[in-house]
Amino acid sequence: MYKVMDNNDFDALRLITSPERVLVGEEINPDYAHDELGGISRMPEALVRVLSTQEISKIMAYANENNIPVAVRGSGTGLVGSCVSIHGGIVLETTGMNKILELDEENLTVTLQPGVLLMELAAFAEENGFLYPPDPGEKSATIGGNISTNAGGMRAVKYGTTRDYVRSLTVVLPDGTVTQLGGKVVKNSSGYDLKDLIIGSEGTLAVITEATMKLLPLPQVTISLLVPFNDIEAAINTVPKLIKSRYSLTAIEFMERGTILFSEDYLGKRFPDRKAPAYLLLTADGNDRETVDKELYGVAELCIENGAVDAFFVDTEERKSTVWSARGAFLEAIKASTTEMDECDVVVPRNRVAEFVLYTHTVSEQLDIRIPSFGHAGDGNLHIYICRDDLDEKQWHEKLSKAFELLYEKARAMGGLVSGEHGIGYAKRGYLAQSLDNAQLEIMRAIKKVFDPKNILNPDKII
Amino acid sequence: MTIITCVKQVPGTNKVAIDPVTGTLKRDGVASKLNPYDLFALETAFVLAEQTNGKVKALSMGPPQAKGVLEESLWMGADEGLLLSDRAFGGADVAATSYCLSLGVEKLGEYDIIICGKQTTDGDTAQVGPELAERLGIEHAANVLSVDKVDENSITVTLDLDGVQQTQKMSLPCLITMEKDTNTPRLPSYLRRKAVCPEQIKICSLKDFPNADVSMLGINGSPTRVERIFSPEVREGQPLLTGGAKELSQKLYDILCQEKFV
Repeated sequence: MYKVMDNNDFDALRLITSPERVLVGEEINPDYAHDELGGISRMPEALVRVLSTQEISKIMAYANENNIPVAVRGSGTGLVGSCVSIHGGIVLETTGMNKILELDEENLTVTLQPGVLLMELAAFAEENGFLYPPDPGEKSATIGGNISTNAGGMRAVKYGTTRDYVRSLTVVLPDGTVTQLGGKVVKNSSGYDLKDLIIGSEGTLAVITEATMKLLPLPQVTISLLVPFNDIEAAINTVPKLIKSRYSLTAIEFMERGTILFSEDYLGKRFPDRKAPAYLLLTADGNDRETVDKELYGVAELCIENGAVDAFFVDTEERKSTVWSARGAFLEAIKASTTEMDECDVVVPRNRVAEFVLYTHTVSEQLDIRIPSFGHAGDGNLHIYICRDDLDEKQWHEKLSKAFELLYEKARAMGGLVSGEHGIGYAKRGYLAQSLDNAQLEIMRAIKKVFDPKNILNPDKII
Repeated sequence: MTIITCVKQVPGTNKVAIDPVTGTLKRDGVASKLNPYDLFALETAFVLAEQTNGKVKALSMGPPQAKGVLEESLWMGADEGLLLSDRAFGGADVAATSYCLSLGVEKLGEYDIIICGKQTTDGDTAQVGPELAERLGIEHAANVLSVDKVDENSITVTLDLDGVQQTQKMSLPCLITMEKDTNTPRLPSYLRRKAVCPEQIKICSLKDFPNADVSMLGINGSPTRVERIFSPEVREGQPLLTGGAKELSQKLYDILCQEKFV
C-alpha cells in the first residue's frame, strides 16, 4: 500500500520546487487524470511542474523514502495509459523542461530536455540543415514521451525508430540517483546497454531528464507518391513487393477511403483524390530531384503492374501539406467519428500486413462493429481502431474484448507483437503477458525490481 | 467549352533571400514551382472542362525553363500548353506581361473562359489577370470564390469583395481570377506524365508575332520600375495581457478602441 499524501508531503514538494508549480486537489485540471485515449483514469494527488534534473532527483528521493508512487507525463498524448497515476501519488509534468541545449555539428547530435516537442525538434533540425528522422503522427508529443515508448512513425521503413537516434540519456533512478547512460559516441560495446533498456520502458525504470539525439544531414529533395488502388487487398499486397524490389522508400503508408473521408470532415479540407477505395502513400528522399524522380517512376510502374489505377506526385509544400496533414489527423478524425474507441497497435512481419488488414475486416463483420484502420504498411505496424458508435456499455465491452482477443491471437499466430510503437502501459498488460513466455516476463519483473525495489515509479505498468 | 489557364513559374520556396546590395531576389540555386494560386485556377478549369466536355489550354510567359510549369499543367489534366519565351519579353511589369499574354491568347484561338490565379507568390500584384481582360476587351471578375453556374453563353460566379461576397453573371468570353483555397487542386498524374507528347507544348518567340507592338513588350514596355525590394519589417514579440476576466476585457476593449476597431 502506498502512502496517502498529506499537507506535509505537499509542503515538501513546494520546498523542493516552488509553491506555484505544485498543484493539489481541485487545482489539478481533470485532464491530468487520463491520456489522449482516456480509457484509464485516476487523478494524481499532486501535480508537479518540474524544471530540472536536480528537482526530479530530490522529488524521487522523497517519494522513495515516503513510499509515494510517481508517474511522469509529457504532453499526455499516449494511448495506453502509461502516464496515468493509477495509484494516485505524484505526477511529474516535464513540458516545462523544453529547452534545446546544444547542437553539436561535429558529432551530429542535438542535446535537449525531455519536454521539447517532436515538432519543435523536427523544425530545429531542419532549420539547421539536419533531419531528425523519427516521424510519429502525433507531432505535439514530447521527445521524452517518444523515447519512453520508442515511438516509430512514418519514416521507420528507411530510418528506424526513436531508439536508433538516442545517443545518451541522463536519468534519475527511483531513489533519486542521477546517472548518464551512453554518450556522444557512435559505437558502444561497453557492457549491458542500459540506455536501450530505458528506451521503451514507459517511465517504469527511470525518469529521463536529458537526451542527446543523433541527427542526419537533411536530404535536399523529398517527394511522395499517392497511389490509388481499386481494392485494399491489391494495395497492401503491393507492399512486400515494394520492399523486395529494394527501392529505398522512407515511408509506406496505407489508408482507406473511409478514413480519408473522416479526416476531410475533421479538418474541413478536401483530400486531393478520393475516388479509390484504398491508397498507398509512398515517400522517397535524396539529394537531387532527378534521382528521386527516377526511383519514384520505378515505384509507380511497380504499383501499376500490381493493380494501381495511377500514381500522383506530392512534390511541393502545398501538396505535401494537403496530403500529410490528412494523414497526420487520422487518429483524431476517427476519434471524432465515434462515441468512444480503443486501439490496437500490433506489429506483424511485413509480408503478413495484407493478411492482417483483411482479417480486421473479417472481425468487423463477424462482431458487427466498425474497425477502421490505417498504418505503416512498410514496417508491419498497424493502427486499428475499434469504434463504439451506438453500442450500449455492456455490448461495447463484450465486443471490444472479443475483438482484441481475436486480433492479438491472429497477430501472435503470424509472429507479430502486441505493440509497434504506442507501448503497453496499463491497457495492454494482459495482452503482453499472453504474448511473452514466463522466462521473459520473469526477467522483466526482475529488471523492474533492480531499478525500483520499492515499486514507486509508474507501478503496475507494462508487466 | 475551351478554357485558357494562365500559369507562372515562381521560386519553389517562400524563403528566397534578398541580395542586400542589389535588392533583387537571389534565385540562383532555388528550385522553382508552379505558382500555388494557379493550382486553384487549373482545378477550376478541369472541373469546368469535365462538366462541358471541354478543353483546357495552359498559357505561360517566361524563360525556356518555364516550360516545366506547362508540363506540370499537362500532368494535372491540361490538354495543351503554350510558352511565350523571348529575351524581348523579359523584365516585363504587369502592363507588358498582360500585353504579351494577350498575344498568346490570340494565338491559342477561340476560347470561352480565361482563368488565372488571383496573384503570384513572387510578384503578388494580383493585377495581371484583370489587365489581361482589359487588353482583350472582355468582362472579368477577380477574387472568385466559386463558379456557381455555367452555360453556353454565360457564367455566374461568387467573388470576394473584402468582407462582402458578390454574385456576378458575365457573358462569355470572360476572365476570372481564382482566390486561394477555393478547391483542392488535383495532383500531377504519373500516367498522364508518361503519355504527354512533346508537341502538346508549343513555344512562341517574338518572331511568331509579326504584328506585335515591340514597344509594349518586356522592359521597354514596362512603365513601372522596381526601385527596391526589401524584407517586411519583423515585429518582435506580442503583447501579453494578464489579469482577471473583467480587467482583461477592459484592457482588450481599450486596445481595440485605440486601434480604431471599435
